[in-house]
Amino acid sequence: MMKAIGIILAGGNNFRMRELSQKRAVCAMPIAGSYRSIDFALSNMSNSQIQKVVVFTQYNARSLNEHLSSSKWWDFGRKQGGLVVFTPAVTSDNNFWYRGTADAIAQNLAFLKNSHEPYVLISSGDCVYKMDFNKLLDYHVARKADITVVCKEMGVDCNVDRYGILKMDAEDWIEEFEEKPAIARTNMVSCGIYVLRRRQLIELIEKSAEEDRFDFVKDILIRYRGSKRILGYRMNEYWSNIATVEDYYNTNMDFLNKETSDYFFRQHPDIYSKVDDLPPAKYNYDARVRNSLIASGSIINGTVEDSVIFRKSFVGNNCYIKDSIILNDVYIGDNSHIERCIVESRDTIRANSYHKGEDGIKIVIEGNDRFVI
Amino acid sequence: MIKKEMVAMLLAGGQGSRLGVLTSKVAKPAVAFGGKYRIIDFPLSNCINSGVDTVGVLTQYQPLRLNTHIGIGIPWDLDRNIGGVTVLPPYEKSINSEWYTGTANAIYQNIDYMETFNPDYILILAGDHIYKMDYEVMLEFHKEKEADVTIAVMPVPMVEAKRFGIMITDDEKRVVDFEEKPDKPRSNLASMGIYIFNWHVLREALVKNADQPNLDFGKHVIPYCHKKEAPLFAYEFNGYWKDVGTLESYWRANMELIDIVPEFNLYEEYWKIYTKSEILPPQYIAGDTFVERSIIGEGTQVYGKVYNSVIGCGVTIGTDTIVRDSIIMNRTKIGDGCEVYKAIIAENVTVGNGVKLGVGEEAENETDPHIYDSGIVTIGEKSIIPSHVAVGKNTVIFGVTDEEDYPDQYLASGKSLLKAGV
Repeated sequence: MMKAIGIILAGGNNFRMRELSQKRAVCAMPIAGSYRSIDFALSNMSNSQIQKVVVFTQYNARSLNEHLSSSKWWDFGRKQGGLVVFTPAVTSDNNFWYRGTADAIAQNLAFLKNSHEPYVLISSGDCVYKMDFNKLLDYHVARKADITVVCKEMGVDCNVDRYGILKMDAEDWIEEFEEKPAIARTNMVSCGIYVLRRRQLIELIEKSAEEDRFDFVKDILIRYRGSKRILGYRMNEYWSNIATVEDYYNTNMDFLNKETSDYFFRQHPDIYSKVDDLPPAKYNYDARVRNSLIASGSIINGTVEDSVIFRKSFVGNNCYIKDSIILNDVYIGDNSHIERCIVESRDTIRANSYHKGEDGIKIVIEGNDRFVI
Repeated sequence: MIKKEMVAMLLAGGQGSRLGVLTSKVAKPAVAFGGKYRIIDFPLSNCINSGVDTVGVLTQYQPLRLNTHIGIGIPWDLDRNIGGVTVLPPYEKSINSEWYTGTANAIYQNIDYMETFNPDYILILAGDHIYKMDYEVMLEFHKEKEADVTIAVMPVPMVEAKRFGIMITDDEKRVVDFEEKPDKPRSNLASMGIYIFNWHVLREALVKNADQPNLDFGKHVIPYCHKKEAPLFAYEFNGYWKDVGTLESYWRANMELIDIVPEFNLYEEYWKIYTKSEILPPQYIAGDTFVERSIIGEGTQVYGKVYNSVIGCGVTIGTDTIVRDSIIMNRTKIGDGCEVYKAIIAENVTVGNGVKLGVGEEAENETDPHIYDSGIVTIGEKSIIPSHVAVGKNTVIFGVTDEEDYPDQYLASGKSLLKAGV
């Protein structure tokens, strides 16, 4: 029996996602054809036998709330525990939005206080990864840490300035912690996954709230790095954070790699998502598909190469789709050329359209009306 | 008080022996269809789409797969506090314990189940047809005609009428007579095996005929109601309805799904067909491949070439393999460099490398010529086929086979290679 509550931070907006965040929170971004980014954190918690999970949402949460409308897909539809979504609410003593991650927890502290689990596991909802939290918790307990932060060493060519950067001593105790520094001194980044004792968390959150401090990273991890024993837990497997359009594009394209897709889809444990009941994908005459992921409900007539096609998309005759991501329920008219693009969900691309990302990834939102017969 | 206007009783206990090894280990309603579905998904989805949320599923033959598939009915939204789906196997009684001996006998043995819901009407369904039908419209018809029994019928070509139970009706659609598989049919309205009964009429008919051996709807209950001059009406259905009782019709119905706009369209927004999906990830089509005129389920990996085929979920098709005109069910693995022509390969089969299926001259099957025909290669579930063997047409393979089973690395057309307990 798992001794932790799960908290998923899914409230944030991210301007670096450009037009893609107009429609949804980053945590609801579709990933790998059939999933959304929050599915990874939720599935990890479910697979780690965490029974009680809280999701904090705020920014543009409609799409996310729809996705979470039933908790049974992640096996959280239970009497013991379950999945709870906390959006900001006006109460007798509060009329603020969530002013930060710590404030989100502070505004719902009663929930933590009324729980009995000794630990809390916090994960951001916009990361693509698999992790057994039992091992993380065992490590945290064995090393007698106050807070354990999951971290990953990024490649030398990775631009890490959008992450929290850590410096650890020889025993992996965290010495330095900087949020999005202009010049990063190490390539060790925080994965946005933390574990700590529930009472410890309550104490830290209450103190921060008194001081009008609202951010979990800045006002708790960084502020207390000297006085609390903060430990790093190295993650060596795949981990990706959806922070920019390029991250998003590359993360999806990573799933064309057999190693990555086998790791997530064909090795225990599985990742779960809301089931959509779509028919099998259909390939008509002249369909030419190469090195691509095709999700169910799609109908392919044209050419698709090195792309990820999400659910229920329609690719017309004589189309050429290359190095692109076509999100859910997109209709692409005949003879269209789409290259290095992300086509926003539910869009309708007229016949004979031409879209190409010249420098960088182009986000296509045509917004045409669709005439359904 | 618990009250449901109409309770559906779905007959899913039959073997469907004409599907050969496909139903050796599973009941016919649990046989895969259309890439990711099972046959029973169609009547179950019809129920929930028609607003019928109380369904008793009568099982008897090989129910394991059916039970795990249905579970508590989550995929069909049939997990309800009151009603929902209930699996009803035969059970021991203080006196007169028996198997389900006929379609109506199975319903008779579950009178208590139906009675719990105080129903006005009972809908009797067969678990082995592919169709989309709004039972609510049929119920409207039943009420409008003030019928005791309504029988769904379908116009069939006159030449084929002698294969069916035929209803002869008057202008008001009232059934005046019926005949079972007549030599000279007087009408072309074939019974679809779908009935709506007024509950008290059904109850009375079942109790009165309880001692009839092999109590059957077509042979006993309907004639009994007719003799009593109860108002019997025929509800004419003109949509797509397929009995997939033989390998040939099963293969053909699957192949119809890959037409550009199939007559039976799974892509329509309304009237969705629901199924239990365990495999979620998208399918992967590798670099040097070709997929044309096919439907493919979730999580399948294609490294070879696929034409005119229906492929299930979690299937792997190896490099340089060609699959043509075939049905491959969930989680089957086809090795590299294979050629597969007009085969039906059941779930969890492993085919080695360089295997050729469906080659050579056609020859009549030696053991069951009426089952394994039309040139189809049929492979039962969990079979293993070793590398570098060739298999002829009208053949059947079931069980773990090795090189020794294939003299000269060849299984001639018309041969049956059955190594699992059939």
